[in-house]
Amino acid sequence: MTALRRHGLGLVAWLAGIVFFLPIAWMALTSFHSEQDAATNPPSFGAALTLDGYREFFGVGGGASPWPALINSAVASVVSTLFVLLLALPAAYALSIRPVRKWTDVLFFFLSTKMLPAVAGLLPIYLFAKHTGTLDDIWLLVVLYTAMNLPIAVWMMQSFLAEVPVAVIEAARVDGARLPTILARVVAPIALPGIAATALICFIFSWNELLFARVLTGVVAETAPVFLTGFITSQGLFLAKVCAASLVISLPVLAAGFAAQDKLVQGLSLGAVK
Amino acid sequence: MTATTTAPYPAASTRPLKRPPARLRAWATRAPLLPALVFMIAVTQLPFVATLVISFFDWNALYPKARRFTGLANYRQVLTDADLRHSVWTTVLLTVAVVLASLVLGLLLALLLDRRFRGRGVVRTLLIAPFLVVPVAAALLWKHVLYNPEYGLLNGLLHYVGGPQPDWISNTPLLAVEASLVWQWTPFMMLILLAGLQSRDREQIEAARVDGAGDWQIFRHLTLPHLRRYLELGALLGSIYIVQNFDAVFTITSGGLGTANLPYTVYQSFYQAHENGLASAAGVLVVIGSLVIATFALRVVSSLFREEAARS
Repeated sequence: MTALRRHGLGLVAWLAGIVFFLPIAWMALTSFHSEQDAATNPPSFGAALTLDGYREFFGVGGGASPWPALINSAVASVVSTLFVLLLALPAAYALSIRPVRKWTDVLFFFLSTKMLPAVAGLLPIYLFAKHTGTLDDIWLLVVLYTAMNLPIAVWMMQSFLAEVPVAVIEAARVDGARLPTILARVVAPIALPGIAATALICFIFSWNELLFARVLTGVVAETAPVFLTGFITSQGLFLAKVCAASLVISLPVLAAGFAAQDKLVQGLSLGAVK
Repeated sequence: MTATTTAPYPAASTRPLKRPPARLRAWATRAPLLPALVFMIAVTQLPFVATLVISFFDWNALYPKARRFTGLANYRQVLTDADLRHSVWTTVLLTVAVVLASLVLGLLLALLLDRRFRGRGVVRTLLIAPFLVVPVAAALLWKHVLYNPEYGLLNGLLHYVGGPQPDWISNTPLLAVEASLVWQWTPFMMLILLAGLQSRDREQIEAARVDGAGDWQIFRHLTLPHLRRYLELGALLGSIYIVQNFDAVFTITSGGLGTANLPYTVYQSFYQAHENGLASAAGVLVVIGSLVIATFALRVVSSLFREEAARS
């Protein structure tokens, strides 16, 4: 292959990366512009920078504060992720290290539930919430998000725990090590990065979720994506504010996603691709 | 619980302890699985059963007294209602277009990233970023910041080259939704296909090259057959997620201008029109459609799963 061609293709790759990233870069830049500079045609790339958009978003000059929604989202995502880990770890153990009979069938049952569209179960859940008085209650979302992410987590963790060599576990067992010791000394060191990646991906899915949050929450338990739907209809000059809001609310996901980058494929493909 | 009791080691038989009966041991093995399984079934499967039952009732939430069993009438209405039929069509169109476009783009990007070049890690990170924007935020970004006819970035850039200033969302509403989804889903496809490319047999490719095979021949006869499974997997997982898409349709067009897909229609028919029976019948139809895709998806995943298991 000629050097020219190699460099040329590298350049094309760079160009593609920049084109895909451009909307995000523009969003970031616009969030630091004043509303007047944000709404010009042609775009003002070099306009003065200001934090007004962020001030507006955080409700400094009046208007709804996003903090309750951000806190609700944090609670729903973090707590549901913890529950997912608590339920999925033992399940993955029973599907990999000490497998039950027909463990592949069980694994595929978990996966098949993920393929049913959530929207089809929405009405009964709404009616249930209405009758039990859990409408607009963040704990309802915690339960639903736990169930939503459980199959993914079981699949991912199964594939991570399966990477622990059986021979090492057997050797430890012969040496008289008990289960807690084996888990702490043998399994954990190998599986921990995978478990962390699983947690990050579950966090992302919960943080992003809109449909359930939109239908099942109101003023009290509103999450960050629901807060964002307040920007769907235009409100005069508000681009800097929209950009600031979108960026702030996406930051946790961007951070979690980049942290889990190496295991992202494995998680998104439900463990089918390593 | 001591897991050591089941290991059939000679040492175990010399112990005076009685081994628990086989059935008890089987349950001890199953026990860690049960909480997750029971929770899953209770929270995600029972609602579907309820949906199925409700779909046979004529039930408007505003007139709960008038609720009655109507058999298949809701299905008849859903399947003959022009709006609903249109939303089935929209769902198919949206899913197929987004999956195909992001798959092709993802393949091109994966091929580019499979080579070594300066700053490959940075480019990979730049390319993943769109997938890591909260879906509602991404939809808002496209709707207000890129598509806005007066001061959106797209028309702003067109202005420089003296191009037209179209109103993107009004002119081509479905395409506008699709473009934003392709932007978000291309990185997903790229990641899966890149994993596929990197699991190729390097020696086989080198051997083919030594035998005088060109780049195109290697791609056509070695890479593409190897990637088939990964392409299928990307297409199917993408379909599962995009069939269910609600965020983009809800945010960019609010289901207007003929962009309402099935999930949006189900949402609207019970949340705004309070037609519980109709919404459930539409929901059941979404499930049936998804089951068709899911059957294929499970087959692909299981074949990849077996391959991985055989390799390790």
